[in-house]
Amino acid sequence: MSENSTTEEIIICQDVCKWFGDFQALKDCSLRVMAQEVVVIIGPSGSGKSTFIRCINRLEEHQAGDIIVDGIPLTRDVRNIEQIRSEAGMVFQQFNLFPHLTVMENITLAPIQVRKMKKEEAQETAMGLLNRVGIPEQADKYPGQLSGGQQQRVAIARSLAMSPKIMLFDEPTSALDPEMIKEVLDVMQELAETGMTMLVVTHEMGFAREVADRIVFMDGGEIMEVGTPEHFFTNAQHERTKLFLSQIL
Amino acid sequence: MTTAAGTPSDRSVLPVTERYTVLGWLRRNLFSDLFNSLLTIVAIGFVIFIARLLLRWAFVNAEWGVIPANFNLIMRGQYPSAEAWRLWLIIHLLGAVVGMMWRLISGQFSGAARVLVAIPFVLMLIPFFAMETRLNLLITAAASGVGYLFAGSLYIQRRGRATAYLLLVYLVVMLILLRGAGADEGLMPPVQPILWGGLLLSLLLAFFGITLSFPLGVLLALGRQSKLPAIRVISVVYIEFIRGVPLISLLFMGQVMLQLFLPDGFPLVDRVLRALVAITLFSAAYTAENVRGGLQSISRGQYEAAQALGLSTFQSTIHIILPQALRAVIPVLVGQFISLFKDTTLVALVGIFDLLGIARTIIANPDWLGTQPEVFAFIAVLFWIFSYSMSYASRRIEQRLGVGER
Ligand SMILES: Nc1ncnc2c1ncn2[C@@H]1O[C@H](COP(=O)(O)OP(=O)(O)OP(=O)(O)O)[C@@H](O)[C@H]1O
Ligand SMILES: [Mg+2]
Repeated sequence: MSENSTTEEIIICQDVCKWFGDFQALKDCSLRVMAQEVVVIIGPSGSGKSTFIRCINRLEEHQAGDIIVDGIPLTRDVRNIEQIRSEAGMVFQQFNLFPHLTVMENITLAPIQVRKMKKEEAQETAMGLLNRVGIPEQADKYPGQLSGGQQQRVAIARSLAMSPKIMLFDEPTSALDPEMIKEVLDVMQELAETGMTMLVVTHEMGFAREVADRIVFMDGGEIMEVGTPEHFFTNAQHERTKLFLSQIL
Repeated sequence: MTTAAGTPSDRSVLPVTERYTVLGWLRRNLFSDLFNSLLTIVAIGFVIFIARLLLRWAFVNAEWGVIPANFNLIMRGQYPSAEAWRLWLIIHLLGAVVGMMWRLISGQFSGAARVLVAIPFVLMLIPFFAMETRLNLLITAAASGVGYLFAGSLYIQRRGRATAYLLLVYLVVMLILLRGAGADEGLMPPVQPILWGGLLLSLLLAFFGITLSFPLGVLLALGRQSKLPAIRVISVVYIEFIRGVPLISLLFMGQVMLQLFLPDGFPLVDRVLRALVAITLFSAAYTAENVRGGLQSISRGQYEAAQALGLSTFQSTIHIILPQALRAVIPVLVGQFISLFKDTTLVALVGIFDLLGIARTIIANPDWLGTQPEVFAFIAVLFWIFSYSMSYASRRIEQRLGVGER
């Protein structure tokens, strides 16, 4: 996977800065992600990982620097924001499924409302996706009736239903019981193998080692080090990277 | 966890004979120790004392003749007797609509429908009803059956939508029947709202007060959360102003001030309609505050998930936020609507003859001197029946929607 056939840069972040009041959460973060690349972001708590990927689909607004997603510059322009959001799916730590809708309705809502897809067509796509994440039999249940792992797989299917070019994952397995982590990671790995561009914040080092093309280490709002898994696990450069890895491994 | 797990085993410790018997229950709950037993005896004695007083009054001393003698007045005020068939038709149609809804949306509605369909039968038992009234009630019940069968014979795919249209059509038909149309000598001569009265008017004020204030209140609640400062300020000022003013003063303002704001000849000359405007504006502010509570209960993650999927603010409000927010506040809203129903009695103070207004005219009539207790007791029972039905229906709907489950 480390060799990329395409050289298209699908996400470009250049000197991105973000403040919460006086507190600077992102300091000149620059990162370029190729199409079909899987990038894993690691770092200690509060280092700005979530903030960084949430800036990419404008759940947080950055105050300086440039973000360009699939050629669309992220500005205040609402049309650009909506376009980027429909190209970048996001999976949250807390799943954030819509509890008043069935699994099927959760998945078909955005395609019907945003993409103006026909209901039958959307349901067909949804069934395909549920098959892909391995829970076709849960279509008519409500999220509250599913296990955490199943809910997170529904959340992944819900994002995929919009046929995004990019998937953003913010600690997708952190809220799960240990026995459910694997089923979600398997789905993500399968997704990576189909060539999806993925940006994943996670503490799952096994996943990072096996699936990531590159790993980004963040600390104190800065991107400290970027490299292949091999580089990270054998000869990390920064002291803080080494310290972090020694604590987590 | 430990207590929950402990209960079944506690139960199995009890002797078999005491586990499920009435005596066992009594002993455990009412006579578990000396103090508890004393309390039970004193409470029972007190209840018997009050009940005897009440029953003696109701069955021995009370002069109930005042109720049947003024029955039509209490039910419909000055609505002309010659036009009373229109009111019955409205009720029969309602029976038919309930029957159809029972069939169309059986899942959510069957509990409430069962109660509604039972009402005519229960009313038929009231001793002093005229034969004609009972006959009409029978027709209403029959209409429910016909509606049920009719809806069953239709092939309808979108049942929710069909129900919404049905209700809308019913509403229009009801208003036309009520208000009348055409010439004074025609089939349905107009009846001015000021002639509507009694229970009819109380129910109408409550119904339209609720249905008109609800959407307004939801808009105000959303407005209060708006990112646009102008909308937010207008909403907040409106809500806080109305909530700081008693309803009675709004009713008086409605009677004297409304025409200052409206163009000449605007058809709001009727004082009943002016009262309805005041009630609606009043209730909307409270609805807004209650709905705001629901909006605040929705986690940020729901907004973010909707945004991340590319839904617009409008789409996410309609499909994600409002359905959850409203569901969460059904109990509070129903409580608010019940008090609105009771608050409509304040219109009696601005010269409108709702249930309370009618009651006051009856007891002021020299023929019925000294019948206050009977008249007010009867009115109270009427209010209780409708208020309780509302709260019962809302509990059924809550159960169906699974409020609190998730
Ligand atoms: N809405 C906010 N307002 C103020 N400060 C915030 C806000 N969101 C995040 N921060 C701060 O920004 C910094 C980065 O937060 P972020 O959530 O991006 O960290 P993280 O790397 O994702 O941490 P974790 O591993 O705990 O999720 C933290 O110090 C946090 O306190
Ligand atoms: Mg985070």
